[in-house]
Amino acid sequence: MSASATLVIRRGAPGEAPREQTWEVPFEPGQSVLDALRWIRARHDATLAIRYSCTNANTCKECMVRIDGKTAYACTARLREGKMRIEPLPNKSLVRDLVTEIAPPDERLAP
Amino acid sequence: MKTTPPQHLAADVLVIGSGGAGMYAAIEAARRGRSVILADRSLIGRGGATVMAQMTVAVALEEGGLDRPEHHYADTLAAGRGLCDQAIARLLCEEGPARIREMDAWGVGWARENGAYKRAFAPGHDRPRCVYVDFLNTGPAVSKTLRAQLNRIPAIRRVGDLLVTALALGDGECVGAGALHLSSGQPVSIAAGATVLATGGLTRMYRRNSASANMMGDGYALALGAGAELIDMEFVQFFPIGHLAPRLVGMDPIMWDPFRYKLGGRLLNGRREEFIHRYGSRDEGRYVVTRDVATYAIVKEVAAGRGSPHGGAYLSFEHCSEAELRVAGGPVIDRLAANGIDLTRQAIEVAPIAHYHMGGVRVDARMATRVPGLYAAGEAVGGANGANRLSGNAITEALVFGRVAGESAAGHARRTVARADAAVFSREKGRLMEGRAPSDFNPAAMVEQLQTTMQDDVGPFRTRAGLERALGQLRALRAALPSLKPAAGKAYDAALADWLDLDTMTRVGECVAAAALARTESRGAHQREDFPGMDPQWSLNQAIALERGALQIEPRAVPA
Repeated sequence: MSASATLVIRRGAPGEAPREQTWEVPFEPGQSVLDALRWIRARHDATLAIRYSCTNANTCKECMVRIDGKTAYACTARLREGKMRIEPLPNKSLVRDLVTEIAPPDERLAP
Repeated sequence: MKTTPPQHLAADVLVIGSGGAGMYAAIEAARRGRSVILADRSLIGRGGATVMAQMTVAVALEEGGLDRPEHHYADTLAAGRGLCDQAIARLLCEEGPARIREMDAWGVGWARENGAYKRAFAPGHDRPRCVYVDFLNTGPAVSKTLRAQLNRIPAIRRVGDLLVTALALGDGECVGAGALHLSSGQPVSIAAGATVLATGGLTRMYRRNSASANMMGDGYALALGAGAELIDMEFVQFFPIGHLAPRLVGMDPIMWDPFRYKLGGRLLNGRREEFIHRYGSRDEGRYVVTRDVATYAIVKEVAAGRGSPHGGAYLSFEHCSEAELRVAGGPVIDRLAANGIDLTRQAIEVAPIAHYHMGGVRVDARMATRVPGLYAAGEAVGGANGANRLSGNAITEALVFGRVAGESAAGHARRTVARADAAVFSREKGRLMEGRAPSDFNPAAMVEQLQTTMQDDVGPFRTRAGLERALGQLRALRAALPSLKPAAGKAYDAALADWLDLDTMTRVGECVAAAALARTESRGAHQREDFPGMDPQWSLNQAIALERGALQIEPRAVPA
């Protein structure tokens, strides 16, 4: 059997009971957590919400999430074999799944 | 507590997209006394291409008698292979120095030596002409500088997470736009006296791309839908030496460009032989080969079975000392080490990657489209770069075209008395709210399918058979979309966002493929296997418009 990573992802929107969903992702050395999240969206569930723009360059700084209890950029965090827990940022208001309100207040439609 | 966002916004000028062009347009319109809404589908000043720029900004600075705008202009026209719109290309070259100096006054931090601008030599230029910010930091520094200016101007309202889905027309004029507020899922209408499209290019439509995830031709689809014309859509620039292997994280795939500017480096095939000379250029340790030729050469070597293990070419700096590499790369050398890469010991693999789109919205030198009240800026504009863009012109055009579009939009907004009322927007609101409950279709998978089609059949090499196959697939995907549309209303509905992107990408992909099929020659970034070589009879632009729901392509004489 080929190597895999197991992503346990906290999902849900405000007003919903948070739920956890688990996906097995093929593991290749060097991959990022964002690679795995994008793989899940295209192979299994496109409703999984995650914020990112630059994809690989770590310049947009939009993909910040909680990985195994630590705040990290999904684009630079390495995927590991075994289980990884991915959650939205705890100190920002939740929008949906891994998307939180990270824009400065004066750049939002409804501040 | 969740507040319901306002459903209707209004300003003198609406700028769509907050990369370099959009930010500059907003600043300029505000300097001219207009109120501005700067909308972006991502966060303000974070998405788009500007922030991703690694190094070069081409500008003819006259200090020390070293350069003049007409030299830059001559190189831009030569790179464009006879198709540049001369008025727009001239504007880029002539206004470039003023914008670079203004950015300097705003503290961007262009690299200097003994007080003078450092100027790098880049392929296609007749002399060292490119300013930059070390190390590999040009884009982030430009974005940050413009953001700091924006934030000081109260007349500019910045709104992120706002995806514009249609332009609103009133009596044939653009009077604003309809949008989806992504984080709430609610439709929003925006009334504006003038609108600027600063949405960048389309390179996310390709499987291998160096784009932000939000660059897939939004502005082109919006412009077509409002009655504006597109031009030169067949010309997609592939950056020849995009990073291929080993896997790197936290680094943009175009990162090797600055190393080549500074150190040259050697481009080798899978047998570790130099090969660029076989394709009519040279690459003997100096970085002079232009992007179109290098892309062609690498793809040809791979096709001949002489590619590197992952299907590209080797780029080697093994002949450089650790000290030379450190001077050129600074802290980037440490980031490479964190990825397990030591350039003194190993060559990395590179391959062409979709990087920039020469085509775009057809405008005049005031950045005005043929639709009154509608303007474009930056990469969204077609014509300045013809069939192939000169290295370093992208940031320059973002700043110059952004400023000019802001000026023109401000002027038009002053003349415009009538403002749209909410009724103008009701059709787009209705369209967004229509649809069905989520189902088992996967729009993210359909996006990947489209990217594969574009890469394989509308990429750096084209044939009639491949382009016809692509058109068939794009049209089939497009035909499948209406019955799959999710209804708006849900906070951050990623499937709906993908569906809207597919709506855009199938339309814009059709423009690229149809224009490429019609152009029966090879020129610059458009290479037809079945029509090799430039045909002087094709020294023409192709304009595209939407007539009663169908694309119409029309050859046009290149504007003198």
